[in-house]
Amino acid sequence: MSDRQTLLYLDGVSVSFDGFKAINNLSLIVGHRELQAIIGPNGAGKTTMMDIITGKTRPDEGEVFFEGAIDLTRLDETAIAELGIGRKFQKPTVFESHTVWDNLALALKKPRGVFSTWFYHPSQEDVARLDEILDIIRLRPRRDALAANLSHGQKQWLEIGMLLAQDPKLLLVDEPVAGMTDAETVETAKLLKEIARTRSVVVVEHDMSFVRDLAARVTVLAEGSVLAQGSLDHVSADPRVIESYLGR
Amino acid sequence: MITKTLLRALDGKALWVLAALLLIAIAVPASNLALPSGHPLRVPDHFVPLLGKYLTYAMLALALDLVWGFCGILSLGHGAFFALGGYAMGMYLMRQIGDRGVYAHPILPDFMVFLNWKELPWFWYGFDMFWFSAVMVVVAPGLLAFVFGWFAFRSRVTGVYLSIITQAMTYALMLAFFRNDMGFGGNNGLTDFKDILGAPIQAGTTRAALFAASAVALGLCFLVCSAIVNSKLGKVLVAVRDAESRTRFLGYRVERYKLFAFTASAMMAGLAGALYVPQVGIINPGEFAPANSIEIVIWTAVGGRGTLVGPIIGAVLVNAGKSWFTGLFPEFWLFALGGLFVAVTLFLPRGIVGTLADAWHAMKARHRPASLEEGSPRPPKGSARMDPSPAE
Ligand SMILES: Nc1ncnc2c1ncn2[C@@H]1O[C@H](COP(=O)(O)OP(=O)(O)OP(=O)(O)O)[C@@H](O)[C@H]1O
Ligand SMILES: [Mg+2]
Repeated sequence: MSDRQTLLYLDGVSVSFDGFKAINNLSLIVGHRELQAIIGPNGAGKTTMMDIITGKTRPDEGEVFFEGAIDLTRLDETAIAELGIGRKFQKPTVFESHTVWDNLALALKKPRGVFSTWFYHPSQEDVARLDEILDIIRLRPRRDALAANLSHGQKQWLEIGMLLAQDPKLLLVDEPVAGMTDAETVETAKLLKEIARTRSVVVVEHDMSFVRDLAARVTVLAEGSVLAQGSLDHVSADPRVIESYLGR
Repeated sequence: MITKTLLRALDGKALWVLAALLLIAIAVPASNLALPSGHPLRVPDHFVPLLGKYLTYAMLALALDLVWGFCGILSLGHGAFFALGGYAMGMYLMRQIGDRGVYAHPILPDFMVFLNWKELPWFWYGFDMFWFSAVMVVVAPGLLAFVFGWFAFRSRVTGVYLSIITQAMTYALMLAFFRNDMGFGGNNGLTDFKDILGAPIQAGTTRAALFAASAVALGLCFLVCSAIVNSKLGKVLVAVRDAESRTRFLGYRVERYKLFAFTASAMMAGLAGALYVPQVGIINPGEFAPANSIEIVIWTAVGGRGTLVGPIIGAVLVNAGKSWFTGLFPEFWLFALGGLFVAVTLFLPRGIVGTLADAWHAMKARHRPASLEEGSPRPPKGSARMDPSPAE
C-alpha cells in the first residue's frame, strides 16, 4: 500500500443495494500516470466503482486509499474532488444554463470558498488556460453558446474539458465516446493518452475499437469483481471473459 | 477586488433600475411635500406609506428570488424573516413611546404593565437605542436563517422537504409569538407607535422620509444581489440550482453556498420588515402566517423568478392589484390570487419579465446571422419549472 507507484488502491470492496451485490470483493490498483481501461458487461458495477471512489456511495466493506494514506471512504464528494480526483459522468452532465466558457471557468482549479468565488476575477493566466482548453476540446467557436445547445458529443468533450480545467491527479472517465462519430472517437483516444502522460486516467468504455486505440492495461469487471487483467488481446482471449460477455 | 466586483454589478440594466429607484425616492416625497393639496401631480398623503409598503414587499420578493430563482431553494417561510425584522423595529418604536403610553409607565410598554410584569425582559434591553435595533433588524433573521440552514443544508434536505420545513418554521414562530408570555405583545403585537428617531411617526415629513429610505434600501439590496448574481459566486449558485450533485463533484461545498445565499436573503427580508412596520404602524403575529410566505412566492413567480427586476415588478403589481381588488370585492381576493398563480404557472411560466426578455432575445436573434443565434445568452429553460426540486 505504501508503494510509491500506487495512486489509487481498492481492496476487498463490497457494496450491495437491497441485498444485490453490485460490487463484490473488488480489488484494484491504479498507478501514477497510468492509463487503465475498464470494460465489462452492463451492470458489471463499473459506474458503481466510480461512485465509491468519488464518495457518492459508501462501501459496505473494504478499503479505498488515495496517495497511500488518504482513506477515501471517510470523505465526501467535495473533499475527494478537492484532493484531485475528477470525474466525467456516464450521462454527460454539464451546467446547461451556463455557457461553454462559464462551465470551464467554474471547473478551473481555483479556491472554492464562497467569498473567494464572489470576489474572483480571472487573471490573464486563467483566461489563457481556458482558451487553451477550448482549443483542445475544439469548442472555441461555441465558447458563448449555452451548454444546453451542444450536441451529445460536444457535451462529452465539454465535460472532458472541465476535467482538464480541474487539473486533477486522477481522472475517472465513464463512457466518454458514447454519441461520438468515429473520427471524434479516435481524437478522444488520442486526447486521453496525451492526458495520461502527466496524470492517471481510468476509462470505462464499451467501444472495443476505442479501447484498442488506448493501448492501455485492461481490467475486466463482471458481477462486481475483477475477472481478468492485462492487454486487450490477452483478456479477450480469456475464456471466462468470453463467457461473461456471451452468457448474458 | 471588492470594488471590481461592485463595478461588475453595475452593468447597464442595474444602472437603469438604480436610477429609477433614486428618481422615485426623490420624486414621490417631493411631490407630496412641495405641491399644494389638490394639485393633479401631487401624491396624496395616504398613498405615500402605501407605496412605501409596496417597496418593502419588493425587497422581500427580491430576497426570496435570490434563494429561489438563483439557487433553487424554494423557501415557504420567508415571511418569518420579514416579521422578525419587523419585530426588532417594533421593539425600538415601543421603547420610544416612553411614559406616553396609556399606563404612563416610564419603561414598560403598555402590554407588559397590563400583564402585571414588573421589569423589562432581558431580550428587550438595548432596543431603546436605534443603532442596536438597526443591527438586530438584520442579525436576528440572519441568525435564525444561519442556524436553520446549517442543519437543513448539511443534512442535504432539499426540494419539497425543505419547503415544508421552512413553512413549519414560520408556523411555529407564529404560534410562539401569539403567546402573551413570550413578551412580544401576544395577539395584538406591537402598535401605537409615537415617534422614530425623534420625529413623529405620523407626520408627512416622516412618512416621506420612510418612503425615501425604503426606495434607497431596495436599491442597496438590488445592488448586493446584482453583485452576487453577476459574479462567479452567482454562477455557482445557478450551478447548484441546476445540478447540485455535479457541483459537489467539482469540489464546491454546496451547503456553504446555500447557507450564504439563505442567510443573506433573510437579512434583506429583515431589513424590508423593519421598514414596513413604521409605515403600516403595527406588527403582529399574523405576519408569520404561512399564507404570507406563499404570497411572496406568487409575487416572485408573477414578476419572473431568476431575474432581479422580476420580483420587484411582481410584488408591486400584485399588491397594487390587491389594494384595488380588495376595495371592490374584499371576499374574493384569495380566489383571485390563486387564479393568478395558476394562470401564470400555465401561461407565463417565466413570469412577466422572463417572458418579455425571451421575446426580446427572440426578436434580436431574428435580426442576426444564424451562426450567432445559439450564442445569444437566452435564459435557461430550466427556470420555467415551478417545482422546487433540483434538476437531478
Ligand atoms: N443506487 C443504486 N440502487 C440500486 N441499485 C443500483 C444502484 N446503483 C447501481 N445499482 C445496480 O448495480 C448494478 C451495477 O450498476 P452499474 O451502474 O455500476 O453498472 P455498469 O457496469 O456501470 O453498467 P453500464 O455498462 O450499463 O453502465 C446494476 O445492476 C445496477 O442496477
Ligand atoms: Mg455505467
